[in-house]
Amino acid sequence: MALAEPAVRPAESAAQDTILALNNVEVIFNDVILVLRGMSMTARRGQITALLGANGAGKSTTLKAIAGLLHTEDGEVTRGTIHYDGADITRTAPDRKVKDGLFLVMEGRGIVQDMTITENLRLGAFTRPGANLKHDLEQVFDYFPRLRERHGLAGYLSGGEQQMLAIGRALMARPKLILMDEPSMGLSPLLVKEVFGIIRRLNRELGLSILLVEQNANMALKAADYGYIMENGKIVLDGTGEALQQNEDVKEFYLGGGERRSFKAVKSFRRRKRWL
Amino acid sequence: MNIELFVQLLVNGVIVGMLYGVVAMCFVLIYKSTQVVNFAQGEFVVLGAWVCLSMVINMGLPFWAAFIFTLVFMMAFGVLVQVVLLRPLVGEPIISIIMATIGLSIFMQALMNWIWGNNAVRFPDVFASGSVSIGGLNVETAYLMSLVLSLIVMALFFWFFRFSRWGLAMRATAYNQQVAQSLGVSVGQVFAMAWAISAIVSGIAGVVIGLVSAVSNSLAIIGIKVFPAVIVGGLDSIVGAIVGGLTIGLLENMAEFADGQYLHWGNMYQVAPFYVLIVILMIRPYGLFGTPDIERV
Repeated sequence: MALAEPAVRPAESAAQDTILALNNVEVIFNDVILVLRGMSMTARRGQITALLGANGAGKSTTLKAIAGLLHTEDGEVTRGTIHYDGADITRTAPDRKVKDGLFLVMEGRGIVQDMTITENLRLGAFTRPGANLKHDLEQVFDYFPRLRERHGLAGYLSGGEQQMLAIGRALMARPKLILMDEPSMGLSPLLVKEVFGIIRRLNRELGLSILLVEQNANMALKAADYGYIMENGKIVLDGTGEALQQNEDVKEFYLGGGERRSFKAVKSFRRRKRWL
Repeated sequence: MNIELFVQLLVNGVIVGMLYGVVAMCFVLIYKSTQVVNFAQGEFVVLGAWVCLSMVINMGLPFWAAFIFTLVFMMAFGVLVQVVLLRPLVGEPIISIIMATIGLSIFMQALMNWIWGNNAVRFPDVFASGSVSIGGLNVETAYLMSLVLSLIVMALFFWFFRFSRWGLAMRATAYNQQVAQSLGVSVGQVFAMAWAISAIVSGIAGVVIGLVSAVSNSLAIIGIKVFPAVIVGGLDSIVGAIVGGLTIGLLENMAEFADGQYLHWGNMYQVAPFYVLIVILMIRPYGLFGTPDIERV
């Protein structure tokens, strides 16, 4: 060949790096309640992406829209597209998505309380019929040694253990991208640290891409490579984890401990920087 | 006291109770995984019996072939009912769904009346000998088969829900549909499967009952008789369904014994289970084995 072309063109490489892309997604519940209004974001392969925002901003709805679980709550994607791994999955059935490696760890963990730990884990591998699960179970127990020691129904596990079980169950599906809805919910600060440590390990050791929805902005931004902040159903700010941690607005509204100002100044600051 | 009659009724109670248990399991299976109360369960049982009987008498098939055909037919029928009648009703209020299954029950009764008439028909002799002797006790072969089939069905249920992939998926769906979906389970498939299994097992029960007594449309009463069994056990417990079935079966026969020997009130056989139903609902409204939600303290 006369001309040496670069192996991968920049545009292509960007497309290959992107594992998930939401483009101007609109979600409506019960035909009237507009929850997502033009939500756009991307998640990169092999990275931890954090999605932050206050209560009711639409974070969980975003995850459910991606996983395709809206219709049990009478919601639907009315506009925009969701691309995963290069394919349009806006209207794909949820079980198909799990088969393709897109796994949602639901808020409140979504473990089946009246099953044992092992049954829950085996259920995670539902989309892999005929697979020998021994190795996978061992791997999960290596990441979560606590689960190996516990017996009985999953409903009797502590909150932290339930969260670990939920993450372990996700691993059983051999996913490429895990969506996590508030893994820190209801956990003590120490456990939050432990869970985030594990999330980072999964990302580093298994090369898992992770999209993390969190209220605990501090922990999430420390762990994340890239972060988005959403308000009222759309993204208002994005940047690398570090950049967001340094951002004055984020400090002010999400991290706390921003610069001290008089009450009057805070109010004017809010007025000027309202992200609407 | 008439010991012989007592033992006879005791054995009867166990065998009938097992059958109640099996039909109750079908009922619970549908309720647990799809939240539908199937008032047509009794008609499912009778339909299975009629189909098998027609295959034997009209088509001249050997019994085992007719039996297998019945299973396949019932599976298709269960899926059909789910897809045509109940899938469009997903998300509708429970009262609409109950009305739909009551409607199905009336429809099926009329249809079976039309096709097979209103008379009771006996199965031709399908076993080589009418009865076998076990430990000095003469047991009718049909009863023995009934007992064995009931036990096999129960063992299969146990295996299915404990160890099989789809059994776990069904339990997850019963627990929370959204959770099941998030794990890659297709809820539509689980629903269809629940109805298929329930219809197959109802068909088995129907054939067995047909062998033991005779096939007639009035057998559909078992669908109502099973209610106390289901409620006693708790609507959402498979083990409870079996225990409830056994309890009701034994109770009926013991009531019959007490009534025939001492009380002479008449018809206690029919009524006793419902008295128990009322008492149990007063003491434990969620049934003996019904599971209240786990709460961590």
